[in-house]
Amino acid sequence: MSYQFSSQSVARLDKLLEMFPDKRSVILPGLYLLQKEQGYVDREGMEALADKIGSPISLAQIYGVATFYTLYNKKPVGKYHIQICGTSSCYMRGNDKLEKHICSRLGIETGETTSDKKFTLEEVECLGACGYAPMVQINDAYYENLTFEKMDEILKDLT
Amino acid sequence: MAEMKILTKFIDDPRSNELEFYESVHGYDGMKKALSIAPEEIIEIVKKSGLRGRGGAGFPTGLKWSFIPKDIPKPKYLICNADEGEPGTFKDRKLIENLSHQIIEGMVIGAKAIGANKGFFYIRGEFNKGIDSMQKAIDEAYAKGYLGKNILGSGFDFDLVLYAGAGAYICGEETALINSLEGRRGHPRLKPPFPAVSGLYRCPTVVNNVETFSTVPHILDKGADWYSKIGTEKSPGTRLFSVSGHVKRPGVYEIELGTPLLELVNDLCGGMLDDVPLKAVIPGGSSVPILTAEECKTANMDFESMAAHKTMLGSGAVIVIGEGTDLVETTYRFARFYAHESCGQCTPCREGTHWVRDLLHKIREGEGTSADLDLILSLARNMEGGTTICPLSDACVGAVRPTILKFKHEFEARLKDKAVKEEVEQPAASGA
Repeated sequence: MSYQFSSQSVARLDKLLEMFPDKRSVILPGLYLLQKEQGYVDREGMEALADKIGSPISLAQIYGVATFYTLYNKKPVGKYHIQICGTSSCYMRGNDKLEKHICSRLGIETGETTSDKKFTLEEVECLGACGYAPMVQINDAYYENLTFEKMDEILKDLT
Repeated sequence: MAEMKILTKFIDDPRSNELEFYESVHGYDGMKKALSIAPEEIIEIVKKSGLRGRGGAGFPTGLKWSFIPKDIPKPKYLICNADEGEPGTFKDRKLIENLSHQIIEGMVIGAKAIGANKGFFYIRGEFNKGIDSMQKAIDEAYAKGYLGKNILGSGFDFDLVLYAGAGAYICGEETALINSLEGRRGHPRLKPPFPAVSGLYRCPTVVNNVETFSTVPHILDKGADWYSKIGTEKSPGTRLFSVSGHVKRPGVYEIELGTPLLELVNDLCGGMLDDVPLKAVIPGGSSVPILTAEECKTANMDFESMAAHKTMLGSGAVIVIGEGTDLVETTYRFARFYAHESCGQCTPCREGTHWVRDLLHKIREGEGTSADLDLILSLARNMEGGTTICPLSDACVGAVRPTILKFKHEFEARLKDKAVKEEVEQPAASGA
């Protein structure tokens, strides 16, 4: 069965379609809505988005956009998606050690999800928080100036 | 030394993002003035102030606005580039989260100047806090009549839409940003045509940085002469610098252009972390050439001094590197960033960034030879200077080559069994 957007998302999509001179612009915010609803974007959801936006936007165009941008999860992630910034400013303040610490706490390697599907850890490129390194993004929030102790507290609060 | 706070004067006030507070500190006064004068006059004031864009390229803002054709029937668009993401750069985020109304005010002024009735605030998708504070401010501005139809009875209409990017650094490049806003992959476009002629939806478009828009209200409010007297002759005004790395107090600082680099590092940032000696500074984001500790002694934070030192102010990101830092590792991580973010359109960038990253990885692992170092430098020559649509591959070269040339001994020290390997490989190569 094809994907069904919630009524709130349908209302939002209708509003978005009025906001832009070209309805193709709705692809990115539309994919966000899809990800917000189910945590990731998949073929069925993209098909539903293509149907909602309508001709001439095709599934292939939406798929091409979704695969270009890293913020769209193309597969399910854990309840808490931990993204650690791996770029040089963060490295200079110890992100590599923090990453190893998180791996050992969660019992997973970077890129993996815990068996209870609670945490996914990924290393990502610059998150634009270089002065507050090391840092992680967990779902929508930034956690900055981290130490092992602070990180342990955060993980404890989430379990 | 102290900061010279113009844009950020109230940034630490807990009420800084409240409309009422912003109005109480002359907020929207610049916009009111702009609404009462002709568009040409606004452009003239901004030109006279000498303001140069704060996104990275440093192009004169007033001149950019003047490129918009006046007599064509197409709509015109104004875009704020809030897709901040170059390693080392985190200044715009602070303005977005704490002074949203100042940016909106600057955008209304810019819109009036170029005759745009619709604008977009393109913000990087990770900045969730910024997305919330901007949307709240946009809603408040509409309610107060600062956005929308017939702003404050002036007869000028301007609608502003917030648009979140989706994690692609390349979308900070203005034509890639435009493609992204049109719902496409963030592929930069060939120029010409420039966005001023054919930009968003093939209509005349101006794209400016967050900090640039945040500066404009002050110029309108206090005048071009007041602004042009601050800073240096060719780099007027103040600028926000985001300092990261090995300093005691990293953060965002607003200083007068022309301030010595070491005053920023030693006075405002409290000096080196753990009092380690300074090794190097990257003065304008990861894409600009690195300065050695010796070069830092004479470098000032302005466009001219940076050019004299064969580097740039770029995005205003100062990355301070202390002795003991592994420059092979940091350079590898920068190259990895550019390889990850290459959009893939142009071969020198798509292949070059990945190749440079792989070679640096090899050297980092102690498996490289001196031929690999030479190959990086050879590749760099083919990745720069207009061989690609946008400057992302140039940026990768800027992050890698100067560091290899200035700190060559560090890279050479990592080459595995250097002499032995070359001896073994030489006869094989000549016999082939």
